[in-house]
Amino acid sequence: MIVYALKRLCVAVLVAFTVSILTFSMIYLSGDPAMALAGESATQLDIENIRRYYGYDQPIIVQYLSWVGGALTGDLGHSHYLKTEVSEVIFRRLPVTMTLGATALTFALVLAIPLGVLAAMRPNTLIDRVALTIALIGQALPSFWFALIMMFFFGVTLRWLPITGSDSWRNFVMPAIALGYYTTPAVMRLTRAGMLDVLSSDYIRTARAKGLRPGVVLFKHALRNAIIPVVSLSAVQFGFMLGGSIVIETIFAINGLGQLAWESILRADLPMMQAIVLVLACFYIVLTFLADMLNAFLDPRIRVS
Amino acid sequence: MADIAPVVLSQPTPGQLMRKRMFGHYGFIIGAVVLLAIFAIALLAPLIAPHDPLDQQLARKLIPPFWHDSPKATWTHPLGTDGFGRDYLSRLIYGSQISLLIGFSAMLISGVIGTTLGVAAGYFGGRVDMVVNFIITTRLSMPVVLVALAVVSLIGNSLTIVIWVLGMLIWDRFAVVMRSATQQVRNLDYVAAAQAVGCSTPRIIFAEILPNIANSLIVVATLEMAHAIILEAALSFLGLGVQPPEPSWGLMISEGKNYMFFDPWLIGIPGTALFVLILSINLLGDGIRDVTAPENRN
Repeated sequence: MIVYALKRLCVAVLVAFTVSILTFSMIYLSGDPAMALAGESATQLDIENIRRYYGYDQPIIVQYLSWVGGALTGDLGHSHYLKTEVSEVIFRRLPVTMTLGATALTFALVLAIPLGVLAAMRPNTLIDRVALTIALIGQALPSFWFALIMMFFFGVTLRWLPITGSDSWRNFVMPAIALGYYTTPAVMRLTRAGMLDVLSSDYIRTARAKGLRPGVVLFKHALRNAIIPVVSLSAVQFGFMLGGSIVIETIFAINGLGQLAWESILRADLPMMQAIVLVLACFYIVLTFLADMLNAFLDPRIRVS
Repeated sequence: MADIAPVVLSQPTPGQLMRKRMFGHYGFIIGAVVLLAIFAIALLAPLIAPHDPLDQQLARKLIPPFWHDSPKATWTHPLGTDGFGRDYLSRLIYGSQISLLIGFSAMLISGVIGTTLGVAAGYFGGRVDMVVNFIITTRLSMPVVLVALAVVSLIGNSLTIVIWVLGMLIWDRFAVVMRSATQQVRNLDYVAAAQAVGCSTPRIIFAEILPNIANSLIVVATLEMAHAIILEAALSFLGLGVQPPEPSWGLMISEGKNYMFFDPWLIGIPGTALFVLILSINLLGDGIRDVTAPENRN
């Protein structure tokens, strides 16, 4: 287990390192970052000053090392637009996005796992068909459109829920659904497939044969094993949701990381953009690492191979 | 001696079996028909669009679609007009071109990248596999929408750039699926036979491996085409994809958002079109999977 954990850890660190290089090189996509910052009416002198001020005159390696070195100690640089520490703004906004992501994931799991179990218990019946249809429709609904439709019905027509802001829990209901439903098909299909697989196995037949109550067989014996892949999928999906919250947060004007990212992109605030990409990527890396560990812990076969 | 007609024991050929499965599969048929219809609409757009999709006339702005009781509703503009007075049906028709073009091109680019990586990893294994796995993990840890938005904002947005950025970002599923498909095929007897006869590696990959993993390739291709179309719509919706005045469906939803409380059909119509297009592609993909490999259904 320890060898396996160390191996995964090495890979995770390497991935984080590669991501940091990719993220860093983003500023050179537009050509000269100093020129882009200075704007069109800037003189040559302005550009030179900006270049020196932000350190763009240094060799690229030096720039990268100082950026990564700062990032490792929690210093992600200065925002070009907000004139504050990037890390400070990010850590103020992060909890909002985390809350949104966690609520969305909860919604997805609460909807998808029971549906998947039901579908697997009665394969090729009406319940199964309905569940598969929900999955199919879920995959085809663009989340930003779904969000607007919900906003129109529940916010404007019925006036049940507030349509913008992030002050109370009521603000998070629609965004969480809009962000979370996209995951439900994947979770549902995986739960269904896992359950179908487990339910036809020998030990379930034994459990039934020795007269255990169906509920005990289903939840204590079957679901526990079928749920293992769902755990790691959930971790991965949570990472995707943090990245995908940019669309939903923009629509519902939620003051989180996603909206910050969008605003920074519109303001061409490079240090902020880089920092957000890096932070979200690192979150994903940590989540998948934890999911791998949990999986290996639950299923010894993974550790050995 | 009387002629005895030979009795032909007709066994359906694999092709016949597949055709039978194909035409008995509702999802496949519905998906294929709808997708073909949208494809035809996109091709024939100049012929069937009643107006110029870019023609702005403020005098006729925000005409509601025909099912509204409003006296302004007219059959000259069956789906009404938008806030700039452009005919909505014509914009919808031309928008299908953008969605299909971006979806198909981005899918091709990501397909080439992902299949190359996946097949290489699956066929060669060992160190190649390790490196490809690493590349896939790295790609997965970068948030797609955010990186796409950032890159497009930095290098400028045009249709070509959006296509390339999306294509370079969404190859991960191709790589993952092609890798495991190749692993399953590569140890089969016919590959060993080809190796024994002395076929070159490219020949084995192109003539033995690829044709036998083509089914899963097509299924992933449909999924990724739908994925690219959704991403383009989201990018355009956020203002960093296809630029106005082009009639992208995502952009139409974004423009309609400003009027959505009074004229909700402005977001309802392009959104429904997007939903129908993606649903049909997914139905087709699921159908192809069921038809070509019925044993993998569950």
